Amino acid sequence: MRTVNRRKSTIGFLVIVLALLAAVTVAGMILEDGAKVTDFTRTNLKPSLQYPFGTDWMGRDMFLRTLTGLSLSIRIGLLTALISSLIALVLGILAALGRKADAVISWCIDLMMGIPHILLLLLISIACGKGFTGVVVGVAVSHWTSLARVVRGEVLQLRQAPYILAAEKLGVPRKTIIKNHMIPHLLPQFLTGLILTFPHAILHEASVTFLGFGLPSEQPAIGVILSESMRYLTTGQWWLALFPGLALVLTVMMFALLGERIRRLLDPASVHE
Amino acid sequence: MKHRLTFAAKKLIRMFFLLLGVSLVTFMLVSVSPLDPLQTNVGQVALGSMSQEQVEKLEAYWGMDTPPLQRYMGWLSDVVHGDLGMSLLYRQPVASIVGERLANSLWLLLFSWAFSGILGLLLGVIAGTLRGRWPDRLIRGYCLLISSTPAFWLALLLLLIFSVWLGWLPIGLSVPIGMEASAVTVADRLRHAILPALTLSITGVANIAMHTREKMIDVLETDYVLFAKAQGESTLSIVWRHGLRGVALPALTLQFASVSEIIGGSVLVEQVFSYPGLGQAAVTAGLGSDLPLLLGITLLTSVIVFGGNLVADLLYGVVDPRIRRGAARR
Repeated sequence: MRTVNRRKSTIGFLVIVLALLAAVTVAGMILEDGAKVTDFTRTNLKPSLQYPFGTDWMGRDMFLRTLTGLSLSIRIGLLTALISSLIALVLGILAALGRKADAVISWCIDLMMGIPHILLLLLISIACGKGFTGVVVGVAVSHWTSLARVVRGEVLQLRQAPYILAAEKLGVPRKTIIKNHMIPHLLPQFLTGLILTFPHAILHEASVTFLGFGLPSEQPAIGVILSESMRYLTTGQWWLALFPGLALVLTVMMFALLGERIRRLLDPASVHE
Repeated sequence: MKHRLTFAAKKLIRMFFLLLGVSLVTFMLVSVSPLDPLQTNVGQVALGSMSQEQVEKLEAYWGMDTPPLQRYMGWLSDVVHGDLGMSLLYRQPVASIVGERLANSLWLLLFSWAFSGILGLLLGVIAGTLRGRWPDRLIRGYCLLISSTPAFWLALLLLLIFSVWLGWLPIGLSVPIGMEASAVTVADRLRHAILPALTLSITGVANIAMHTREKMIDVLETDYVLFAKAQGESTLSIVWRHGLRGVALPALTLQFASVSEIIGGSVLVEQVFSYPGLGQAAVTAGLGSDLPLLLGITLLTSVIVFGGNLVADLLYGVVDPRIRRGAARR
């Protein structure tokens, strides 16, 4: 006998995941100072009860560093995913409504798809002078392409919908039609797209930082931690690389699962999956 | 045949303009950068001890005294004449550096591309056919895990396991350290390429597998498959005769679209394994603001990506007779 249906379980899952992510985010912000403390009496300690993720060569607590890094990743991920989804929404609607705009936007999409994503991120980051701005701008302006295509397709279908045609015949201004009739219809697609952009945004931020084009090395970001850990792998300090990476994978996975579940909830067509 | 040629010609023209766009965008992005190439490559201390003349010479070498548009036009006219310019960091022609690096990366890329494509297709077909059963769950879990894992961390993990703990494979580079070029055997090169290739292959699988699975499910729900089942055809023969045909086209698109992802992944993976390939050169050029080299690499990778898309478009007609006939009618 099942008393918990999919909607209930998804909402439960949503609450748990959001609480967890919020806790990590807030904890990371509070503990940021602790993550930068160096203490040479406790260098290179293996994971123990006191230091669950061990300590590094400068005696910094890896658990605190990982937590801070995750918090940073989540915040950057939220910001960039939000910006790029909004870009996608605007450009998708524009592409669907105007022929010229469509040609220009699809050309831009082709152009962006032509440069390997990591390389594009590096180039944008260089243009912004690397650092926080570089990585945020890079990730934000390079993730809208697929969602813009989805929005475009949806709007093209919507334009033929009877209620839109009726509104047009009644002489409702175009802007009002978009605002009152199209955007509400696009909202579920938009939300799912937004959540499914998170994992990509977070992973790309970490990658760009790892390559040295993102967040500065004094900041305990996951990319920085992992890039530093490379130098200590051969001397056997495996915990420097294992735990921070694992924590990142788990965070990204939570976002991906969340997006998948919400997509299924909002899209009744895929319910019998 | 004629319409196929016009189709290809149209695609080629579009590709040409896209490449022009790529070079312009790359050039613009690097030239608006506030990063000072002298600061990064020469260093504050050395600059301070130099005379004004020397600094001006260096600025001229890094092209800082010419306006960006003029530099771009100069670069473009050189490219038209087949000259990609000189790398500022390596002091060698860009074409020769890129060629050498590509030779190192090419087998790595080709192997990972082919292997991940075949494995992804296979896993996708299995998962789609056995939907909801344990192999499907396993494959879906694996794909979720892999698509949530950053490629560079996976590379670090494999390095940790196979090179540091087990000591089976070398830690990095493409040839043993301190060995003469003539003494390096093919086996040595292969041993050094195993881990990078493995990392790239593992990460490339998820996308293709998941999309193939969805498509497979769609195909298996059609009426003709129901009819085949009613006629008593076995699952295996249904998958072989109906499933694979339906899945082939989207799989082909994805496979050629994944070229860009594999190249992007190789940038990260080569960095971890210090593998002297194209991706590592891109990072070095980026960190050192080596504009000509960066332009050369971006352009080359774009040619590969656009070329892949073009091949996919042309293969559609070969694989699917309906597209061939549809194009002929038009």
